[in-house]
Amino acid sequence: MEDMLFYDRMQFAFTITFHYLFPQLTMGLSLMIVYFKWKFLKTQVKKYNDAAKFWMKIFALNFAMGVVTGIPMEFQFGTNWAKFSELTGGIIGQTLAMEGMFSFFLESSFLGLFIFGEKLLGHKLHFITGFLVFLGSWASGFLIIATHSWMQHPVGYEILENGKFVLNNFTALFTNPWLWPSYLHNQAASLVTASFVVAAIGAFYILNNKHHEFGKLFVKTGVVFGLVSSIVVAFPTGDMVAKNVVKHQPVTFAAMEGLFETVDGGSEIVLIGQPNTLEKKLDNKIAVPNILSFLTYQKWDATIKGLNEFDEDVYPSNIPGLYYAYHIMVGLGTIFIGLLLIASVQLFRKKLYNTKWILWSLLFMLPFPYIANTTGWYTAELGRQPWLVYNLLRTATGASPTVSAGNTLFTLLGFIGLYLLLGLLFLLLVGKIINKGPELIKH
Amino acid sequence: MELFWYIVLMTMLAIYVILDGYDFGAGIIHLFFAKTEKDKKAITSAIGPFWDANEVWLIAAGGVLFFAFPTLYASSFSGFYLPLIMILWLLVFRAIGLELRGQVHNKMWEAVWDKAFGIASLLLALFFGIALGNVVRGVNLGMVTNGVSTQEAHYFFLPLWNPTFSPQAEHLGIIDWFTLLLGVIGVVALTIHGANWIIFKTNSSLNATLKKVVFVLNLALLALIICSLLIWHIIEPKPFHNFFKHLWLFIFPIIFFIGHFGLFKVKAFKKDGMGFFFSSLFLFGGITSTVASIFPKVLPSTNDVNPDLTIYNVAADDYGLSVGIYWFIVAIVLVIIYFTIQYKVFKGKMDDVGYGEH
Repeated sequence: MEDMLFYDRMQFAFTITFHYLFPQLTMGLSLMIVYFKWKFLKTQVKKYNDAAKFWMKIFALNFAMGVVTGIPMEFQFGTNWAKFSELTGGIIGQTLAMEGMFSFFLESSFLGLFIFGEKLLGHKLHFITGFLVFLGSWASGFLIIATHSWMQHPVGYEILENGKFVLNNFTALFTNPWLWPSYLHNQAASLVTASFVVAAIGAFYILNNKHHEFGKLFVKTGVVFGLVSSIVVAFPTGDMVAKNVVKHQPVTFAAMEGLFETVDGGSEIVLIGQPNTLEKKLDNKIAVPNILSFLTYQKWDATIKGLNEFDEDVYPSNIPGLYYAYHIMVGLGTIFIGLLLIASVQLFRKKLYNTKWILWSLLFMLPFPYIANTTGWYTAELGRQPWLVYNLLRTATGASPTVSAGNTLFTLLGFIGLYLLLGLLFLLLVGKIINKGPELIKH
Repeated sequence: MELFWYIVLMTMLAIYVILDGYDFGAGIIHLFFAKTEKDKKAITSAIGPFWDANEVWLIAAGGVLFFAFPTLYASSFSGFYLPLIMILWLLVFRAIGLELRGQVHNKMWEAVWDKAFGIASLLLALFFGIALGNVVRGVNLGMVTNGVSTQEAHYFFLPLWNPTFSPQAEHLGIIDWFTLLLGVIGVVALTIHGANWIIFKTNSSLNATLKKVVFVLNLALLALIICSLLIWHIIEPKPFHNFFKHLWLFIFPIIFFIGHFGLFKVKAFKKDGMGFFFSSLFLFGGITSTVASIFPKVLPSTNDVNPDLTIYNVAADDYGLSVGIYWFIVAIVLVIIYFTIQYKVFKGKMDDVGYGEH
């Protein structure tokens, strides 16, 4: 029984982690492509159109990966989490069905036109197809986060005697206080990934003395988009998300921050340290006094509940994992803002393209927004454990009752093999596109 | 309310089979008949801009199933666990076969992805036929052993096969000789359908051959369907009960036979689109006849202990179902607009679209 649940969780975690490497780029990148195309329509300078085309190729490849790895996500609700689907399908089925009907059709119909249609459609209509693809992908994100928000903070429901959740207020799903902060936080974070990818490829071209013109354009666009979005990720959206957690999931907040004890007179913020769940303390801690209280309640001496105030039965099931995920996300977010601020100053002083260490930093920063996005989602998901629907439905009761551990492990291994192959092919092809560069794209 | 969503769901599934069906068929034709580079290019160009949007009908239908009939979604997806996951894997191979082939110009690279696309399409057609067979045949709901349920009444699990391959065993498998027969029907039917699409959308040199293929396979299909109807009598004593109870339901088999017999005239068609029209009719008629024959059941129980799953005992609550109608109508109007635009832009023959060379 335990094994069954373990493999179900591993399969979901593995497939969703791999899947989300792609949408986090495509959502942000679609906006940047729309920007390039718009800039071209306005200025008629050819390099903007070439830039849009170059990124469209990378977008298309990422989008295809997102689609093929996304379908298993929808199916897994039924295959591996049948009990959960049966009990809550009347509610989360709404938002998931809407995602299929509203965004997948929109994206898939217009992506083909966007990729093949430039000659057929002319530049203006081509711009519109690009915009519709952007709209579809952001709508998809919205409906997924609406689903996620209901699981974190259920609203508009009642529970029948047989344990089923039924919807009694449709609009509540979209006015959920959890939804908008999380959505904006996530979309801004997606834009951070896209910005760093664009900037990193630009830096690569400049440092490599290839496609210089495009290198500058990409670095500049990436740095500007990146600075704005990475600030929005932290404030106001990150702040709002954290306040939701404090308010509705205080035990999760305590675990995220590594707060084992309630401290009178204000809590410190932990920068570094290893949670020691055996002795219920942080080892090797470096912390700044009272900051956490201030950030959370804008009062230096506000009291924040530590883990000691809660029943162990409702502790997040993986406290160290949650703590590290959260700290990695916040730490990286801070580094992004710092680097992009410096880069922006150099850009303003017209010295950015000659400041080699910043270009190298931008290049090597490439994987980190992916890590920050992934750990951000781990924070949200591990923070919700041991619940599927917060405080109402435990994860252990949600798994499919008739699918044995042996079958789940079989498919998990299959997914690992298949995704390894997909990942290798993806790297090969994306490398090929980048190596070829924007100047050689066929017209 | 349940009936409305049942009709929506079945219509979406039928549309999925008609649309993605021609992609699978094209894949099978590609695997067996396309020899020259030019023919291969014509085939992939004819489905290139469409297959992705076609596949969305499956995902959207899955979403509607989840939302409107959560118990059926939970029961069938966990019960048919292995074949469903394998369908997902095959969909991945079909997609990357089509999308990656043109990315590198190398004979070996192209050969690998040609085969991936073709074989995945063939197996998908087979699996979807088998899936239909499983739904018609029913499953051991509640996993009854010796007259006692070992699981909740609406849950089950089927291995891929049992040692006897019998559709009447107590412990059934996904693949038995009845469901396998429906799988073969699926392959033959979709091959015909795909051939008709290629004739419709290309000027490929294969088209003359494909007309012969359609004719021969149509004969084979007739024989297979007669076999399956006879066998159905063994499994289900009164398979046509519903039709005699509600005579208007005969409209579905009639649509099926119009499409089916119409195709025997394939060589005489003046317009290239006629064949595709008729094979769409027989797919639509075939699917609707099959589901109508078991209505209102959606998954029959093969034991006497647990009741069949019907649209009434698997549906979501009334409020959710009625509120869903509003957004669904908005969405479906939009979808119709998208598809109209898409098929208008890519109208006519597609040989020269140059798919996969972007």
